[in-house]
Amino acid sequence: MSEALNFHFDVDGDDFTSAGQASVQIKKNLRQLGISPDTIRRVSIAMYEGEINMVIHAGGGEADVSVTEDYVEILLTDHGPGIANIEQAMQEGFSTAPDAIRSLGFGAGMGLPNMKRYSDYMNIDSEVGKGTTITMRVNL
Amino acid sequence: MNNYEHSVFLDVKKCIGCTTCLRHCPTQAIRIKDGHAVINEKRCIDCGECIKICPKKAKKPVCNKLKDLDSFKWKIALPAPTLYGQFENMDDVDYILNGLLKIGFDDVFEVSTAAELASAYTRQYLKRPDVVKPVISSACPVVLRLICLRYPSLKDNIIPMLPPMEIAAMMARERAKKNHPELTDSDIGVCFISPCPAKASYVKNGFGSYKSQVDVVIPISDIYFQLINAMEHSDDIETLSKSGMIGIGWASSGGEATALFNDAYLAADGIENVNRVLDQIENDNIPPLEYIELNACTGGCVGGVLTMQNPFIAKAKLQTLRRYLPVSQNFVKNDEIIPEKYFFEEIPTYYPISRLSESMSESMRMMAEIQKLRDKLPGIDCGACGAPTCRAFAEDVVKGTAKLSDCTINYRSELLEYLKTKDEDCDSN
Repeated sequence: MSEALNFHFDVDGDDFTSAGQASVQIKKNLRQLGISPDTIRRVSIAMYEGEINMVIHAGGGEADVSVTEDYVEILLTDHGPGIANIEQAMQEGFSTAPDAIRSLGFGAGMGLPNMKRYSDYMNIDSEVGKGTTITMRVNL
Repeated sequence: MNNYEHSVFLDVKKCIGCTTCLRHCPTQAIRIKDGHAVINEKRCIDCGECIKICPKKAKKPVCNKLKDLDSFKWKIALPAPTLYGQFENMDDVDYILNGLLKIGFDDVFEVSTAAELASAYTRQYLKRPDVVKPVISSACPVVLRLICLRYPSLKDNIIPMLPPMEIAAMMARERAKKNHPELTDSDIGVCFISPCPAKASYVKNGFGSYKSQVDVVIPISDIYFQLINAMEHSDDIETLSKSGMIGIGWASSGGEATALFNDAYLAADGIENVNRVLDQIENDNIPPLEYIELNACTGGCVGGVLTMQNPFIAKAKLQTLRRYLPVSQNFVKNDEIIPEKYFFEEIPTYYPISRLSESMSESMRMMAEIQKLRDKLPGIDCGACGAPTCRAFAEDVVKGTAKLSDCTINYRSELLEYLKTKDEDCDSN
């Protein structure tokens, strides 16, 4: 088996208009690898939601995607405020997004639930005041 | 889909390899090789952007000529509604339709008539409980091909209805055979008067298993002057037009969607905007919508490369022309079932154009190499190597269709590096 293929993205927290760029780039790369359209769709939605979350809540962060022949793994790391109550954050409709963001159509409380829904495995590691690391895996 | 017949032709003598088309091709289908442009046919979606942008007019549309109709006994003109917006002082569509009869057609069937039926059927289709929303329009052939090649996960959103051009062709044939029972199918020649070369490709290739009912596609620009001379602005002409505001509205962006009498729609035009909208639909990042109208050309069909008028002026002229027309002149009953023949059976199978290799492990190896190579390249996307971006060039090198030495900037810095070591060698000696 060949080695994992790694992609690294810096998710800029200052520029909301560029949020979502990393998932567009990942989509292009996965297409070139010949991964099925359905899997690509799941990876790009999960990643998109995670990317938006990092921009809204954590002032940006980093996204690392590694692709092997068996799965696509997305690692999202930020140094934001952290999630106080993960169980509550996972509930559909629960949101702490500011009003300005909601008026753009984001912050409906579907980010984390969608990430869970579209990935086969998801783990949240968060410490208040330190930051959050989310690992998602979509099997091929 | 591999042997797809396109409608763009390159005049090699006129092409100077200037890289303008290279940058504007939305699917990165063009490379400059041996001093002139080369189109990758698997990637080309016939959008016509390169024809519009070429400063040397070296890219040309490939369509039929009027004489290609000579072999048919009964010639039917199918004018696209865009044609109506091309003329000065036009207050009656019948001047144009009578003009078409004068220049040699035996019958005229307006595409806008079929478009009004298509609108009525689409309104019905949207009410079906099993429909995947948002429904995406099937009218623009460029968008259809783009979805098949790049957005295969959205295939089920496409309304499987034939475009108005095809419905018009079927209806025109039926009418001809009814009025002239002596005519056989091969006697009848149906000629679409087109704003864009993509329609010519659609007619040549069909769509999936569907075979087009149109025989010949002629550019609006080819027939324009002949038609102007034949058009008479008089009251003493036959009333032929049977379309209203809705049908004529299909010529510009938003016309098709507004005819659905449903506010939950989006209409995007221009190929870059179309790409962005499709990306967002794929990411589930759009508000709940019923219908998406997408046109590859700016302004809609009025922006087609085979037209004569500035698209915005054409749109303004169509607004004037539509002003006193009834909303629609073609109706279907509420409970009428959409005829099966107006549907296409299947959407062509997805052929992943961008895939690097058949095998995933080989693709991964190649992509790792592409990434490494890209970091080495200048990243200024100058196009001098013949590829649209440094990234595309890195792919070409790894695929073996380009050499690293084609990058003049990289070549120069390697050369300087070499000369420096040479100097040092001399010094140390």
